[in-house]
Amino acid sequence: MPHPGQKATFLRGILDGLPFVLVSAPFGILFGVLAAEAGLNLFEILSFSLVVVAGAAQFTALQLMMDNAPTIVVLASALAVNLRLVMYSAGLAPHLGRASLKARLAAAYLLVDPVYALSATRYDAEPDMSMARKLAYFFGTAAPVIIGWFSSTLVGAAVGTQIPEAYALDFALPIAFIAMAGPMMRTAAHMAAAFVAVVLALSLAWLPYGTGLLVAGLGGMLTGARVELLQRQRVEA
Amino acid sequence: MIDRWELWLVIAGLGLGSYAMRFVFMGLVGRRPLPEWALRHLRYTAVSIFPALVAPLVVWPEATGGTLDAPRGLAALAALGIGMLTRNVFAAMAAGGGVLFVALYWF
Repeated sequence: MPHPGQKATFLRGILDGLPFVLVSAPFGILFGVLAAEAGLNLFEILSFSLVVVAGAAQFTALQLMMDNAPTIVVLASALAVNLRLVMYSAGLAPHLGRASLKARLAAAYLLVDPVYALSATRYDAEPDMSMARKLAYFFGTAAPVIIGWFSSTLVGAAVGTQIPEAYALDFALPIAFIAMAGPMMRTAAHMAAAFVAVVLALSLAWLPYGTGLLVAGLGGMLTGARVELLQRQRVEA
Repeated sequence: MIDRWELWLVIAGLGLGSYAMRFVFMGLVGRRPLPEWALRHLRYTAVSIFPALVAPLVVWPEATGGTLDAPRGLAALAALGIGMLTRNVFAAMAAGGGVLFVALYWF
């Protein structure tokens, strides 16, 4: 290795990333199981995880396809769930924006929640890291997380077809979504966003082609941003 | 049954779209920061879409033919409550799953 400390930094990244495998593996397994139940074969399920690499969006797309939503609504809703990735990309741009094109192309593929959280924290704590070490850390954290995601999807897909219907798996996905949303309710703005989104989704359920979901999501976003602004103005006043 | 054409269209579209979102700032726009108003709205995307997606599934579950039933309603409440209290995704999933099984057995 041409840069001193690069190898050690890569190993450090792997160690920091490993615990997150335990966090994402159950979701990978659940995705594999539910996708298999929905009639997808092993190749399709693995392709899904390899191409999209984003659990929450994969769950969203799967649920909407099972509901027979039109393709455009499936894509729009799942991509909306992934909008946070734009935030991650912007957050890491000051650190990795000057890396080689090849490195940035690879890093973009691997940019998932834990990799972003770990890297952003580490870059802030150690501002004088060289570019080579920043990249080594990034790819180090990504290695276990991404490999864990693919293999847990595969495990889920393999066992998915063996689970009997009596286990009420129809409700596993709603519970997973609620479990992911609960811890997000950090502020009044988050709660207001969720509340408005729920009210809109229920009252607009009659709208054709699942478009109610998009309107509800947009309404929730606008509400959250508005409440945050109002709260900040009140603090400043 | 999910249509094969639709499935591959969704996989490809979602893959391309997600990759574009990951690459856009790191790869193209560079060091210019996102405007504050954009960040403010982006912060609330997931917290809006998840509840909006899940609410109709809880109130009108497909497995019961679209009528609200006690086990699924209680399980949803348990998952939400424990999730908000503990801030722990797995505690919330365990609570929701546990209540669902107990209640399905009970009713």
